[in-house]
Amino acid sequence: MMKKIITLFLIIIPINSYALIEVDITRGNLDPLPVAVSPLSIDEKSRKSFEKVLKKKNIGVEISSIVENNLRTSGLFNPLSKKAFLQAPDIANLKPRFEDWSLIKAQALITGKVNYVDDKLRVEFRLWDVLAAKEMMALAFTTVPSNWRRVGHIISDKVYERLTGEKGYFDTRIIYVAEEGPKTQRVKKLAIMDQDGLNNKFLTLGNELVLTPRFNPTSQMVTYLSYFKNLPRVYLLDIETGTQEVVGDFPGMTFAPRFSPDGKKIIMSFAKDGKSDIYTMDLENRIVERITNHPSIDTSPSYSPDGKFITFNSDRSGYQQIYIMNNDGSDVKRISFGNGLYGTPVWSPRGDLIAFTKLHKGKFYIGVMRTDGKGERLLTENYYQEAPSWSPNGRVLIFYRETKTNDKGEGFTAKLWSIDLTGYNERQIKTPTDASDPSWSSLLSN
Amino acid sequence: MILSKIFKNTLLVLTACLILSACATKKEIATDIKGSMQGDVYTGTDTVEYLAEGVPDRVFFATNESILTTASRETLRAQAAWMRKNSSINVVLEGHADERGTREYNLALGERRANAAKDYLMTYGISSDRITVLSYGKERPVDSGSNPLSWSKNRRSVTVKAN
Repeated sequence: MMKKIITLFLIIIPINSYALIEVDITRGNLDPLPVAVSPLSIDEKSRKSFEKVLKKKNIGVEISSIVENNLRTSGLFNPLSKKAFLQAPDIANLKPRFEDWSLIKAQALITGKVNYVDDKLRVEFRLWDVLAAKEMMALAFTTVPSNWRRVGHIISDKVYERLTGEKGYFDTRIIYVAEEGPKTQRVKKLAIMDQDGLNNKFLTLGNELVLTPRFNPTSQMVTYLSYFKNLPRVYLLDIETGTQEVVGDFPGMTFAPRFSPDGKKIIMSFAKDGKSDIYTMDLENRIVERITNHPSIDTSPSYSPDGKFITFNSDRSGYQQIYIMNNDGSDVKRISFGNGLYGTPVWSPRGDLIAFTKLHKGKFYIGVMRTDGKGERLLTENYYQEAPSWSPNGRVLIFYRETKTNDKGEGFTAKLWSIDLTGYNERQIKTPTDASDPSWSSLLSN
Repeated sequence: MILSKIFKNTLLVLTACLILSACATKKEIATDIKGSMQGDVYTGTDTVEYLAEGVPDRVFFATNESILTTASRETLRAQAAWMRKNSSINVVLEGHADERGTREYNLALGERRANAAKDYLMTYGISSDRITVLSYGKERPVDSGSNPLSWSKNRRSVTVKAN
């Protein structure tokens, strides 16, 4: 169904490593770093070759726009207007005149060059510290031309990592549920897109209801719930080949699937006789293990990144609350004790926080708490929002938000939103249709 | 003497008020049966369809609850009687939740509600072989409104003929 992802080769090794500019990402960044993203320079012959293959007038400009957009949406950087740039892209990439760039208040500068070499796309880029007048990083990639978008995302990740000291999250994808039609008869399809909302593709046709897709952290597999033949069951989908198979074929509904951190197991709920319990299935030998056994509803399980613990949602206390337990189901502890109901716990990829949905006095919140339940912080409040999913570096949460309808029941929308862990930089991710249930992939390249 | 007279009159007035207000409430229920709620359980007939004459197809629930109300039990007894008379008919019990809850929890809640209805049908002599349970969570509301009345209509278990 989808083309195999072509491997990218990193060729140039970083030349020097100075500890120069640094971006502090521990707090909300109200003062984003001014950065100049110079268009990647391109010779006329290469430009024409790419125009023919990719139908893009200037691929150098296109790639640098991706970088610029990524840096801006992170909220940590302020890409400066290209109109103010004094130096031409090709000259800047050879040796920037730092005075020109500091004049427009740029602290960091990104330059680069694109070439068409043996039907391949070759990109080199450099990151410069303007004030110190030094090169911070220089890298080059060679790949098939159709991968040009990913090159832009990889450059963004390298810049982010060099300047913040943490891994980026730009060369990633989001799988989600695309929604259309009236609220009472929604048609839902699995869809996938790049993290920046581009490259949207539908993965199912909408013939049956599909919900809650989640990425395997180690491969291009997805697990989700499908109502195929009116039997709600957990499925597995290989997004490279399009192969689908049922994995939760139990005598009842299986739902709320998620992969273990090593990608070898699926953890999910199985509902029977009014009780929902948590089970795991080993994908290699198909051995099923029961993890919880309680007359309550136990659902929305999520592993800790080391795989040793599971956080989940249970109403065993009377109402929905968040619990943690060992991965064999022992030592169950409730961790949410604030006012209201708590659902959809998801363990941060860094291991220190659990993101959740909270319902209190008719409002829905996305928040985070430590794994012992302390230090609760609510990041955003709205009429309806839920299901946070972490960026692979644990800095950003993506979730979906629904609007209230009017007296006639009109005006319903469902959209994807993201917010920084600090509670700043809340923004909508534009999708071609309404959207819900987002799940963030791991970094496609490392 | 005078005091007791006043007291007596007041009492009369009070009684009259009580009777009147009781009448008013009763009248309200009788005439405004569409769109009414008791607590937050829907008691109207707006969305209700009938499996046969006098056999409503659905029962309603309070927020986050799966307990059957007196009215729900009456509906289910009628359904059980109808199923006993029509022994070839099998049913699917479709459990639903309102939109004010997380998707995954609501799937479980819909399943729990449909099972509450199933258990009741079984105690009235319907074999479990004839009943399939299917939860839609909050995926298939009947009313698209964002208000307590709409939500009350959506918290339901619907008995649907399977054959």
